[in-house]
Amino acid sequence: MRSHILSVLVENRSGVLSRVSGLFSRRGFNIESLAVGPCEEDDLSRITIVVKGDDAHIEQVKKQLNKLIDVVTVRDITYQNYVERELALIKVQAEPGEPRSGVIQIADLFRAKIIDVGRNSVILEVTGDSEKIDAIENLLYEFGISELVRTGRIALQRCEKSGNGK
Amino acid sequence: MTNGAQILVRTLLSEGVGTIFGYPGGVVLPLYDELYDAPIRHILVRHEQAAIHAADGYARASGKVGVCLATSGPGACNLVSGLATAYMDSVPVVALTGQVPTALLGNDAFQESDITGITLPITKHNYLVQDVSELQRVIKEAFYIAGTGRKGPVLIDLPKDILTTEVTSDEPITEINLRGYRPCYEGHKRQIDRAADLIAASRRPVIYAGGGVISSDASEQLCEFVEKTQIPVTATLMGLGAIPSKNPLFLGMLGMHGTRTANYAITESDLLIAIGVRFDDRVTGKISEFAPKAKIIHIDIDPAEIGKNKLVDLPIVGDAGSVLSGLIEKVTGVIGEEGWRNQIQEWKTRYPLTIPDDGKLHPQFVIKTLSTILNGGGIIVTEVGQNQMWAAQHYEFTRPRQWISSGGLGTMGYGFPAGMGAHVACPNEPVFVIAGDGSFQMNIQELGTVAQYHIPVKIAIINNQYLGMVRQWQELFYEKRYSYTELPDVDFVGIAKAYGIPGMRVTEPAGVRPALEEALATEGPYLIDFRVEREENVFPMVPAGCAICEMIGERHPHDEEGS
Ligand SMILES: Cc1cc2nc3c(=O)[nH]c(=O)nc-3n(C[C@H](O)[C@H](O)[C@H](O)COP(=O)(O)OP(=O)(O)OC[C@H]3O[C@@H](n4cnc5c(N)ncnc54)[C@H](O)[C@@H]3O)c2cc1C
Ligand SMILES: Cc1ncc(C[n+]2csc(CCOP(=O)(O)OP(=O)(O)O)c2C)c(N)n1
Ligand SMILES: [Mg+2]
Repeated sequence: MRSHILSVLVENRSGVLSRVSGLFSRRGFNIESLAVGPCEEDDLSRITIVVKGDDAHIEQVKKQLNKLIDVVTVRDITYQNYVERELALIKVQAEPGEPRSGVIQIADLFRAKIIDVGRNSVILEVTGDSEKIDAIENLLYEFGISELVRTGRIALQRCEKSGNGK
Repeated sequence: MTNGAQILVRTLLSEGVGTIFGYPGGVVLPLYDELYDAPIRHILVRHEQAAIHAADGYARASGKVGVCLATSGPGACNLVSGLATAYMDSVPVVALTGQVPTALLGNDAFQESDITGITLPITKHNYLVQDVSELQRVIKEAFYIAGTGRKGPVLIDLPKDILTTEVTSDEPITEINLRGYRPCYEGHKRQIDRAADLIAASRRPVIYAGGGVISSDASEQLCEFVEKTQIPVTATLMGLGAIPSKNPLFLGMLGMHGTRTANYAITESDLLIAIGVRFDDRVTGKISEFAPKAKIIHIDIDPAEIGKNKLVDLPIVGDAGSVLSGLIEKVTGVIGEEGWRNQIQEWKTRYPLTIPDDGKLHPQFVIKTLSTILNGGGIIVTEVGQNQMWAAQHYEFTRPRQWISSGGLGTMGYGFPAGMGAHVACPNEPVFVIAGDGSFQMNIQELGTVAQYHIPVKIAIINNQYLGMVRQWQELFYEKRYSYTELPDVDFVGIAKAYGIPGMRVTEPAGVRPALEEALATEGPYLIDFRVEREENVFPMVPAGCAICEMIGERHPHDEEGS
């Protein structure tokens, strides 16, 4: 069992998401993350799904996804060379003074941006792979995270490199 | 100006729809008003479940897309079992449902149910039409999707205002472009070459043919391939009729209630040529011991079926007919050892399906007699349970699409309405419904429909006053504790009579032939209540979890003689 990353191009129509997620839920799979949004073509959307399962089960779901009329392509990039990113917004306690400078220090280390400042808290925006986000989350934990949202992973296969591939 | 209902009727006509099975209600009134004088025949069923089963029976018998129509809410929900039935057996049906007006969607309006949501996992695709300008395209796409590739049911949900909205122009659409749907018909050339090599090298080959051969209309190619190679053939429940039962190379059905010959042949084979089958658990038994000595070639139009239940050595994704044509060209002649064919003939003579000859009325005898009278012709539609298995085992099929039965879902109540649909598809063929007394009572109200339209289906109830198939399991595996499987005596002939349908009760073997002949000679519908031996079992049988070579229960007259 390992996490698979599926990149699925779908028609941008109502109901597509339930068709896609239904194929996972009926097999008892728990989707770890799912991100949907516009892509390079106007009337298509790209869904990035991260799901745990053994290769044979995932293979079957991929084939079933391909059978959906509204699914245009399915790519499993788990075993490809890919880049992945996730974005998180974190609202953290940061009273003026020591706590706030502590938070700012951590933000700097992770190249996170402070996008909102309040009396006793700030909101950080951080991007990176999931491990990086886990890490900053852990460090901020002791300051007191009051709200947190993550987009889920999005991923693209890496560009082909020039030359003869060596 | 033209409205949605008119567009709908016009598009159905352009798709060649001649008959719709349906049931009206509030939100579909505009459509019914249009149907009032449209050149489409509408058959008013007595329950929407019968409408979809009838559309399904029509599709299986004709190979064309069947159409049914129901109102919103309760009407649409009554289609659910029928959609699941068609989906499991890959049957092309278009189901039209009414829906509350678009402005009320999601408000728990009167008779609203989210039928596209409900049927998501049991349709090949479904649509909620939200703009009348999409209507024609949606209908065209629905027929295309239902009737191509691996066929299946498609549902179109039609809000009431879509049916009434007027639009100015509606140019006929001739082209369908679905970038997410491209069924593949041609098998890969190199895979076909490789398959031909495997076939040439095999010594004990067997063909395992299924529903895909029927829906591909590939029977002719299959028979030609068999003729040329002399490879023995077994068929699944769904594949019956793909090759005539009397062909000496036909081994009968395989699987849980298959013949010993078929199950032994699979077990001993060194090459299994699987065509349009899905390695269902009723067929394979314990999957690790299914065809344990064989290399497997799997020909299927659906890539998702390849390797789903059993890893195969050589997949060919494509249409059965097209791939078989390719293979016929590549194979050189007779394949396999003479000893293998002899072994199979020996099994066949040693383990025939038997019918007890003790003067009592046995269900198998009813089927056998019908097969003799019709000379293996006609259309045989079944309900579910023992009646279905006896019909599968004992009828001697002569052609594809004459056998109609709910295999994957095993839906009791399917047979009678499906028989109505089969008659509409093939009005000149005698249609016999082989029913169980339990199953028949699930859609018994359709007696009203066949009486009203004078649909000449002949109903043969194999009446054991039990939910026989379940009782059989209780007898064999639950110490004969017949928990809630006994059914009281019902005067089926009397019920038929109340609907104005003639019928007869038969209690002795001598009465079987005259009754069947009377049914055939009578115009219109006819019902026969065969009071059969109540505790007859379906044998052979592979107990759950066993390998298919581990069959129980068949009497072996020849064994007894020999030992
Ligand atoms: C009480 C009961 C007992 C049963 N006992 C048995 C039994 O003993 N033996 C038995 O066989 N069945 C039995 N069944 C039926 C069983 O449940 C399955 O429905 C059946 O075995 C499936 O048949 P199939 O493999 O031919 O597949 P189908 O369900 O007919 O599927 C067709 C396959 O062909 C493919 N296909 C479709 N179109 C094409 C095409 N154009 N070209 C190529 N491929 C195509 C599809 O993708 C699919 O894989 C029983 C059912 C009931 C209710
Ligand atoms: C709708 C539905 N409910 C329950 C079942 C489970 N089931 C399978 S066979 C059977 C008994 C069928 O009885 P009957 O129609 O009398 O046929 P018999 O087996 O006696 O020939 C039952 C209850 C089913 N297949 N379908
Ligand atoms: Mg019964």
